[in-house]
Amino acid sequence: MAIGSSLAVLVAPFADMVASPIFFAEVVVGGLMAGVMYAMVALGFVLIFKASGVFNFAQGVMVLFAALTLVGLMEHGLPVWLALVITTAVMIVLAFAIERVVLRPLVNQPPFTLLMATIGLTFFLEGLGELVWGSNVKKLNLGIPEAPVDVGGMLLNQFDLLAAVTAAILVAVLAFLSQKTSLGRALRAVADDHQAATAVGIPLQTIWVTVWSVAGIVALVGGIMWGAKSGVQFSLSLIALKALPVLILGGLTSIPGAIVGGLIIGVGEKIAEVYWGPLVGGAIENWFAYMLAMVFLLFRPQGLFGEEIIERV
Amino acid sequence: MAEEIERPLHTAPSARSAPLLQVQHIALAFGAVQALSDVSVDIDAGEILAIIGPNGAGKTSLLNVINGVYYPQRGRIAFQGVERSKRLRPYQVARQGIARTFQNVALFKGMSTLDNLMTGRVLHMHTGLLSQALYWGRARRDEERHRAYVETIIDFLEIEAIRKTPVGRLPYGLQKRVELGRALAAEPVLLLLDEPMAGMNVEEKADMCRFIFDIRDEFGITCVLIEHDMGVVMDISDRLVVLDYGRKIADGPPDVVRTDQAVINAYLGVTYADA
Amino acid sequence: MLYREAGQFKETYRQDQAIFPVVQDRVCVVALLVVAYVVVPLVANEYWLQAILIPFLISSVAALGLNLLTGYAGQVSLGTGGFMAVGAYTAYKMTTAIPELNILLIFLLSGLVAAAIGLVFGIPSLRIKGLYLAVATLAAQFFLMWLFNRVAWFYNYNPSGTITAPPRTFLGLMVTGPEATATVRYLVALSFVVVFAFIAKNLVRSEIGRTWMAIRDMDVAAEIIGIRPLTTKLTAFAVSSFYCGVAGALVLFLYLGSVETLAFDINVSFQVLFMIIIGGLGSILGAIIGAAFITIVPIFLTNAPRLIGLAVPVDLSKNIEAIIFGGLILFFLIVEPQGLARLWQIGKEKLRRWPFPY
Repeated sequence: MAIGSSLAVLVAPFADMVASPIFFAEVVVGGLMAGVMYAMVALGFVLIFKASGVFNFAQGVMVLFAALTLVGLMEHGLPVWLALVITTAVMIVLAFAIERVVLRPLVNQPPFTLLMATIGLTFFLEGLGELVWGSNVKKLNLGIPEAPVDVGGMLLNQFDLLAAVTAAILVAVLAFLSQKTSLGRALRAVADDHQAATAVGIPLQTIWVTVWSVAGIVALVGGIMWGAKSGVQFSLSLIALKALPVLILGGLTSIPGAIVGGLIIGVGEKIAEVYWGPLVGGAIENWFAYMLAMVFLLFRPQGLFGEEIIERV
Repeated sequence: MAEEIERPLHTAPSARSAPLLQVQHIALAFGAVQALSDVSVDIDAGEILAIIGPNGAGKTSLLNVINGVYYPQRGRIAFQGVERSKRLRPYQVARQGIARTFQNVALFKGMSTLDNLMTGRVLHMHTGLLSQALYWGRARRDEERHRAYVETIIDFLEIEAIRKTPVGRLPYGLQKRVELGRALAAEPVLLLLDEPMAGMNVEEKADMCRFIFDIRDEFGITCVLIEHDMGVVMDISDRLVVLDYGRKIADGPPDVVRTDQAVINAYLGVTYADA
Repeated sequence: MLYREAGQFKETYRQDQAIFPVVQDRVCVVALLVVAYVVVPLVANEYWLQAILIPFLISSVAALGLNLLTGYAGQVSLGTGGFMAVGAYTAYKMTTAIPELNILLIFLLSGLVAAAIGLVFGIPSLRIKGLYLAVATLAAQFFLMWLFNRVAWFYNYNPSGTITAPPRTFLGLMVTGPEATATVRYLVALSFVVVFAFIAKNLVRSEIGRTWMAIRDMDVAAEIIGIRPLTTKLTAFAVSSFYCGVAGALVLFLYLGSVETLAFDINVSFQVLFMIIIGGLGSILGAIIGAAFITIVPIFLTNAPRLIGLAVPVDLSKNIEAIIFGGLILFFLIVEPQGLARLWQIGKEKLRRWPFPY
């Protein structure tokens, strides 16, 4: 009897989905939008991992840091364009600093050590950002109209649409850079084998600074989107932790994978929360992404688009 | 004062006619790359067999298949007359009595020489978690017993001075020797050595050859080695197997193989035929 | 010429394998134990016991656990907080359900439950490692947090969502609850640390410790020489979670008295990780030194400015704390990856030769 009713409970939401398809579609779209945000963070991560083999745990906090800097500058009265320029410069300087202080001394250490180092970096940047700019929630106003737009019977937020378009452009640009330019080739060479890359004359330090700068700019874009949507605050870095399951799903080395993974996580989370959440007290979003990633890890550790990991003895 | 060497864990191979290890028609591919094609090798008990061939011929892959690291797409392996399951895991292969050293020394860099060798005894250690947590009774006695055995190996390999040194700090030649010790600690029946002399000077190689002979004569262990130094190979091996592009192109005593035209073309060049 | 080993010959393997083979070390440890058990309770005031020593001791237990898993077995875990929570909530449910059951026994049983949970979340470790494993442990962390928050059964349907340690006695002394004195609680925590450190030391110098380190250093080679990876890794998860579970129970019963899930959130996982990185990965002493360090620094930061006349607001000191911790992690990873424990070892080496320079 109990099994029957629990099964009914698990299955009932599917009936709901079918019963009100428009609502379901809106939930899915809402999830897609959230997914785009996650993908933004994951993207920066993929870039750095592809080029330097480093798991940059601090990518999330870089989003927070970029957003804090931007908003902080704007609060001090600077016009938007100037604040953007300065923040971009700050992120580039940060990239230089990280390469010099963290990456160079640890260049031959095992991945475990680099992971720990980026965890340390996370805390450092978080403390620094909040020390300089304060820790209360800040609103980021970009002047985008609030009124929703009707698309095929669903009400969509203009901001979300803009975010989706921006993400698409960013991914296209990055994919193009990676595949078609010599810089992209150099990045892939470095990702494969540091020593071999230096042997053919690729300047390792320059590549790393470039990559971390680009990742910093991607973080800034992500920070702007997140900040405009929900305000710039500490919990941004917690949300950024969710980029990790995205990477698991998409594959640590795949730019399109970051997007696909982000969308899957975003949609999956939203659906789970809206349809099954009320049955168990809500807040499934806190752990659903991680559980999904964990299950994925058991069957396909390299993710949907990642490279298979082969170990040589 | 060395304790008497314990009996090997496994029954010693009996008749010389029955091969210790039979590798039959192994085919191994990684995606589009065919690492091994139709490779069959018989290894007789008590012999020293050398596997030679150019780089990329599949020699290490063959050893990895024997150890259970790679699963071949085709072929069978029989050990001590018993055909073994297709998907035996490496630790199960180890348990049957096959030990291994690696091309790029695979020692546990975070531990000392002694601890590395003691780790090699893992197949013989059976005390429970609780006993180890309290380090009393059986756990403590077993530690001391295994320590005594490992000391006989340290004695044999003449590495007393570096017992407590973290292996990461040892020179390459000594690391290779420690790795050999770790393989011996398992009391194997069959020992697979992947380029045991790589990077060694003449004296170190002479020592290593002496050890391999003693391993075969005193410990009764069959040895298979991959080696590039032709002088060593011709001197110490009873039999040679030559691989080229994943296929076996020769199999026989050194004098026969060194004059085989296919082998000369693929690997040896003209010099050794005259030597 | 104090710290000389000359003349101390080991005549049996047993002597060679002792935890403290050097006589001076043994003397120091005994002295330390005497100070800890006898002198400190006589001398320390309430604040020192409650705010510094007790949390330091309990953190040591958690740090020991995580060090076994991450430092010795090489399995990254960010789920420490979650496993501590399992211990705390299990202990709470058990003691409220069976009040007569000995409280120390309950701590150990909660540890076992945490070990079982740790085993389950450790299963992915067979196929994944490094960052991937960290993500799987995050799943454990967030899921367990949610579980103890949402499923009211765990906090006995208390509307505030917190769990409170009921008063319990041991050997006639009040050990938990509002009546328990800081001294008694301190002694209980101290005993746990001594016993658990001893057990940890035994484990790492036995076969299981060596197989952990083998898996950490070269897992493919380890399997080829006969080590079973799944058993080894799962044992590491189980033992580590046992330690963390007990630590969590101790947090509730001996330290805070009353907790909600916030006391075990992701920040705790990071904190314990910092303890073992700064203290020294793969070192029993390191776990304890690291715990001491991480416990003391925030206290120092809140009190030092006052001592020199500066007024520093609370969130400022939290930020400075984050900066210092992050900075120290980077510093240690770059300069001395083996942490404070290694610095201590180097110090002892110097002491061996003292007063000669070499």
